[in-house]
Amino acid sequence: MIWYIVRRLLQGIPVFFGSTFIIFTMVFAMPGNPVLRMFGDRTPSPQQIAALEEKFHLDQPFLSRYFLYLGDVLQGDLGTTYAGQSVNEILARTFPTTLRLALLAVLIQLIIGVLAGLISGLRKGGIFDNATLLITLVIISMPVFVFAFVAQWIFGINLGWFRPTVGAGAPWSDLILPAIVLAGLNMAYVVRLTRASVIETNQNDFVRMAYGKGLSRGRVIPVHVLRNSMIPVTTNLAADFGILIVGATVTEGIFNVPGVGNELFKAINRHDTPEIVSIVTILVIVYVLVNIAIDLLYGVLDPRIRYVK
Amino acid sequence: MSSKNPVRTAPHFVAEVDEGGLGAVDAVRVSDRKSNLWLDAWRDLRSRWMFWVSAVVIAFIVFVAFFPGVFTDVPPNSNCILSIQNEQQAEEFGLPIGTRVSDHGPIPGHPLGFTKQGCDVFSRIVHGTSTSLSVGVIVTVLVAFMGIVIGAFAGYFGGWIDSLLMRLGDIFFAIPYILAAVVIMSMFLHDRNIWVISLAIGFFSWPSTARILRSEVLRVRNLDYVMASEAIGLSKVRTMFTHVLPNSIAPVIIISTVGLAGAITAEATLSFLGVGLPNNLFMSWGNDISAAQTSLRTAPFTLIYPSIALSITVLAFIMLGETVRDALDPKARATR
Amino acid sequence: MTALEPLLSVEDLQVAFKTQDGFVPAVRGVSFDLYPGETVAIVGESGSGKSTTAHAIINLLPGSGKVTGGRVMFEGRDLTKLSRREIESVRGREIGLVPQDPMNSLNPVHRIGFQVEETIRANGLATSKREVRKRAIEVLKEAGLADADQRLRQFPHEFSGGMRQRVLIGIGLSSDPKLLIADEPTSALDVTVQKKILDHLETLVQERNTAVIFITHDLGLAAERAENLVVMHRGKIVESGPAREILQNPQHPYTQRLVAAAPSLASKRIQSAVTTGASLAEAEVEGADAAFDLVTAAERTADVATPDAPPVIEFRDVTKVFKIRTGGPKSIPFTAVDKISFSVPKGSTMALVGESGSGKSTAAKLLLRLEDVTEGDILVDGTSVPGMNKQELLKLRRKMQPVFQDPYGSLDPLHNIGNTIAEPLHVHGIGDLKSRKARVREVLDQVALPETVLTRYPNELSGGQRQRVAIARALALKPEIVVLDEAVSALDVLVQAQVLNLLADLQAELGLTYLFITHDLAVVRVIADHVTVMQKGRVVEQATVDEVFENPKTDYTRELLAAIPGADIPLGA
Repeated sequence: MIWYIVRRLLQGIPVFFGSTFIIFTMVFAMPGNPVLRMFGDRTPSPQQIAALEEKFHLDQPFLSRYFLYLGDVLQGDLGTTYAGQSVNEILARTFPTTLRLALLAVLIQLIIGVLAGLISGLRKGGIFDNATLLITLVIISMPVFVFAFVAQWIFGINLGWFRPTVGAGAPWSDLILPAIVLAGLNMAYVVRLTRASVIETNQNDFVRMAYGKGLSRGRVIPVHVLRNSMIPVTTNLAADFGILIVGATVTEGIFNVPGVGNELFKAINRHDTPEIVSIVTILVIVYVLVNIAIDLLYGVLDPRIRYVK
Repeated sequence: MSSKNPVRTAPHFVAEVDEGGLGAVDAVRVSDRKSNLWLDAWRDLRSRWMFWVSAVVIAFIVFVAFFPGVFTDVPPNSNCILSIQNEQQAEEFGLPIGTRVSDHGPIPGHPLGFTKQGCDVFSRIVHGTSTSLSVGVIVTVLVAFMGIVIGAFAGYFGGWIDSLLMRLGDIFFAIPYILAAVVIMSMFLHDRNIWVISLAIGFFSWPSTARILRSEVLRVRNLDYVMASEAIGLSKVRTMFTHVLPNSIAPVIIISTVGLAGAITAEATLSFLGVGLPNNLFMSWGNDISAAQTSLRTAPFTLIYPSIALSITVLAFIMLGETVRDALDPKARATR
Repeated sequence: MTALEPLLSVEDLQVAFKTQDGFVPAVRGVSFDLYPGETVAIVGESGSGKSTTAHAIINLLPGSGKVTGGRVMFEGRDLTKLSRREIESVRGREIGLVPQDPMNSLNPVHRIGFQVEETIRANGLATSKREVRKRAIEVLKEAGLADADQRLRQFPHEFSGGMRQRVLIGIGLSSDPKLLIADEPTSALDVTVQKKILDHLETLVQERNTAVIFITHDLGLAAERAENLVVMHRGKIVESGPAREILQNPQHPYTQRLVAAAPSLASKRIQSAVTTGASLAEAEVEGADAAFDLVTAAERTADVATPDAPPVIEFRDVTKVFKIRTGGPKSIPFTAVDKISFSVPKGSTMALVGESGSGKSTAAKLLLRLEDVTEGDILVDGTSVPGMNKQELLKLRRKMQPVFQDPYGSLDPLHNIGNTIAEPLHVHGIGDLKSRKARVREVLDQVALPETVLTRYPNELSGGQRQRVAIARALALKPEIVVLDEAVSALDVLVQAQVLNLLADLQAELGLTYLFITHDLAVVRVIADHVTVMQKGRVVEQATVDEVFENPKTDYTRELLAAIPGADIPLGA
C-alpha cells in the first residue's frame, strides 16, 4: 500500500508540471505579443501592459518565465484582473460557495444515481429500468446550459418552487436547484455505470458462492454486489469531476451563484484573459489533486490494485 | 468418498438410445448465413428500432446541413430588423409599421418567430446545423486519428515509448478539455473559425481514445492468433495492420460515435460561454441560446427552439452510439 | 443407521433457459437418488447440463434459468417450491457448495477471514465476535491451511488456486451440511494439487458422513472418487449406476465412447490408423468410433518411431530470465527456464510435461523465437535459432509451425477460414492464387473438414474444429516440425481424442516431428514417444514414454503419475 501511494504521488508530479506547462504554453507560445493578444479588442494603457509584462516576466526566456509564473502561483500570487482586483481575493471569496454547491451536487448525484442504478441493475428489463434508461438518455443529450435553462424556466419561473437566481449570501435553499442541475449530468452517467457494473458483478461466481454458502439476499446485495460495483463508479468520479468543473462554470453563470465558476463565466464574457488563465490554472491543479485522491480511494476499495504491477 | 462402505448398491440404469443416434463427434454444422463480428453487428443493428430512428434523424440532419436552402429562403443573418420601419418592410412581414420584430412570435413565413436582434429563428436553426455537424465531424476525425496513432504506437511498442505516450496522455487528460478550449479560444479572439474551435476541442480529448485503443491492442497482441501469425513469419508491422488493429478498433468506433455528440455539445457550450464562433459570421445554436437567455421570461421560445434542435442532434448521435455499442460489444449486450 | 431413505431425490427435473428464441431446455427429465453418506458423480461434457442440474437443486440458477418441471425432494421438502427465505436457510446450513472456479469464487475485495466469518454468522454457528473468529480459524485449519489465524487477514489474490479451493471447501463444510455439492472443484488446478485437495475433501466428508454430489467432466476422476455415476448427455441421463460397473461394462453407446476416449484410461500410444490400414475419412463417418477410440487405437500395433533418427530440435542448456516488476522501485529477475537440454529425433513426438509455472510454454516460445533466450542455444536441423538473421528466421518459420492452446484465440475472428489457412502461403509468397487455393483445399481435407467452411468465420465453428483449422494452417507450408502448445487441453474429451488421433495420423503420413507441450500426463501416454518432465523451469526427468510410465525415476514424476485420475482402475473386457 505504501508503494502504491508513493507511486501514485510520484506519477502526479509530471502531470502537475505538464498540465500547468501546457496551459502556459497555450497562452504564451501563440504568435504575436501575448499581452496584446490578451486584451483582444481593447486598447490597454501602457501601465497595464507594463504590469502584465512584469507579471508574466516577459523579459525572461520562455522556460524560466514558466517556472517564475509557477512559483508565483504556488506562493499564492495569482495576479490581478483588468480592473485591478486581486484574483486571490476573488477566489477566497467565491470558493466556499462553489465548494458547497459541488458538495451538494456530488451528494445528490451519488445517492440518487447509485440507488437508481442499483434498482435498475437488479431488476434488469423491468419498468423502472426502462424508464431510468430513457430518462438518463434524455438528460445526457441535453447540454448543461440547456438543462439549466429548462430547469430555471420550469421550476424557477413557471412553477415558482425555487428562486430562479441565487440570492445574496447563497443560502442552501437557493443552491438546491443549481445543485440538481449540476448533479443531473453526472447522475445520468452514475446511474448507467452503476447499473452496468451491478449486472456484471451479479454474474460473478463469488456472488453465486455467497448465496451458496447461505447468505441472505439482504446481505449479498450490499456486501458483495454493491460493494464491488462501487469500484468502477469510484474510478469514474475523476472524469465526473472534470464535467463538474465545466458544469459549475455554466450553472453558476446561469443561476448567478456567487462562486468560482461564475467568476470564470464573467471573466470569459469580459474577455479578461489574465483572470481566465489564473482561474483555469487553479482549477486544473485542483483537478489533478482530486484525481490523485480518487486513485488513492480506488486503492482502498480494491485491494488487488495495491499489490499488482 | 468412494472408499467408504457403500450404503446400497445403486441400480444400473441405461437410457434408450435416441432416435437420431449419437451423431458424429464434432460434426460441422454451419448455418446458411455467415457470421463474424461485423456481420453479426450489422444484423444486430438492423433489428433495433433505436438504430433506425437515430439513423433517419442523422440522415435528415446531414441533409439539412448540406442543403439549408431547401428548408428556408430567409437569410439567417442579414435583413434582421428590430422593428418595422417602412412600408416595404410592413408588406414583407405583414405587420403594421412600428411593430417590434425583436422577440416577436411566429408569423407566416417565419414559423418560429424572431430573435432579440430580429432575425428569423427557424432560418438560424437551419443554417446552424452545418456548424454543429462540421465541428462534430472534424473533432471526431481528429480525435480518432490522434487516439489511434498514439494508442497503437504505445500498445504496440510498449516499454518506454508506451510509458512516455501514456504519461503524455495523463497530462492532457488532466486538463478538462472545455477549460483548455476556453483558454485557447480566449487567445484567438480575431481568428476564430470552425477549424480553430475543432482543434481547441479535439486537441485535449484524444487521451481517452488512445487509452482504450492501447488496452485493446495490448489485449489482442497477446492472443494466440497474433503469436501464430508472427510464428508463421508475418512481420510485426503487417501483423499489426492485418490482425491487431482490425480486432482492436471496435471500441474506438463506439467511443467516437458518442464523442461526436460530445463535440457538438462542446462547441455549443463554448459558443454559449462566449468563446465560440463569432456570432456575425457563423450560425451556432450555442450562440443563439446564449443570446436568448435575457429573453427567457419574455420570449422563451427563442431559447427553447435552438435548444431542442441541439438536444435532438446530440440525442441522435448518442442513441446511435448506444446501439453501436450494443451491437459491437458482447459484454454490453449481456448487460442489456 | 436408520431406515434407508434417500437424502435427496431428484425426480424428472427439467430446467430451461430463456433466450431470444424462447425457452431452451438444458436439463430434460433428470432423476436420481442420493442416500446419506453416499457420493454420486455427475459426468458429462460441457453443455451436458451437469452443472445446471446441481444449481437447480439449490435454486442457484442464473436469472434466465428456470425449473420447468419435476421435483427435488430433500428431507421431505420439495426444494424447488421453497420460498426465498426457506431456501436461504437450507443453503449453507444443510447443503454446502464447493464451486467450480476457485479463482473467482471468493470476493476479491474482502479479506478471507471476513468471508469465512460471514458464513459462520449467516448459518448461526456462532454469534459472539470471539466465537466466530475461533470457529473461522477452526474451519481453515480443518481445510488444511496452516497458520490459519494469519491467513484470515489476507485477501484472496494473495492465495494460490489450491489454497483458495481449500478455503472454499472449508466454507462449504463449515456448518456440517448433510449434502455437499462439489461443482468441478478442481478442474482449474494442477493435477498434483487436485489430488491433494480431493484426498483431503474425501477425509473430511467421510468423518462427517456427508453425502456428496460431485460434478466433473473427467470420467476417470469420477470413477475414482464416487461410488455411483450419473452420465449426462444433452440434458439427459444416458446411464447411471455403480461407478466401476459402468466403467468396466458401459452399456450406452455414449458412455462407451466416453470410456474409450478418456486418455487417463488408455494405456498405450496411439498408432496411426493410416499405418494400420484404417482410413482417415472414418473420422467424419456417422458413428464411426475409430476417430476417438484411444484404447482401440492404442492397441493397434506398428513400429515406434526409430529412436536413433537424427535430432531435429536440440535444446542446449537453455535459460530464460524474465524481469518481473514489483510494486516497489526494483524489478526482480525470474528464471522461467533454467538450463534445460533435450533433443527431439526426426519423426517422433517429444512431450514437454509440467504443471503451471514449469516453464514449458516459455520453452516453446523460445523455440519459435517469439521470445529470446537469455543463455544457451537452440538448434533446429543443426542451425542455431537465436543466432539467425531475418532471412534464416523466415526459412525456419517455414519449416516449423505452431498450434496454440486456446481454440477461441488461435484464429483471427475477422478472417475467414480459407484466408486463415492461406496466410502462411501468402506470407512466404508460395505459388499463385490458384495453386494456393488448391493447397488450402488439400490441407483442409487432411484435417477432415468439409470445403464448405472455407468462406466461414471462426466463430461459426466449435472449439475442436477451430483447432483442426489451426492444424491445417500449420500444415499449409508442409513443415517438418509442429509445436503444439497445449493444443488439445481446452477440448472436451471426445473431441480431444479425435484431434489426438488426427495428429497421430498426420505424423505417420507426413513424417512430422512434434514438440507437444502439455500439463496432462495422461495425454502424453497416448501421443508421445519421449517425455521431458519439467518443474519450476528445470528438467527433472527425461526418458521414453514407456520408461517414464513404467519406471519413473524421480519423486516428482511419481507424484504426477499418481495424480492421473482413474489410472489404477482396471478396465473390463
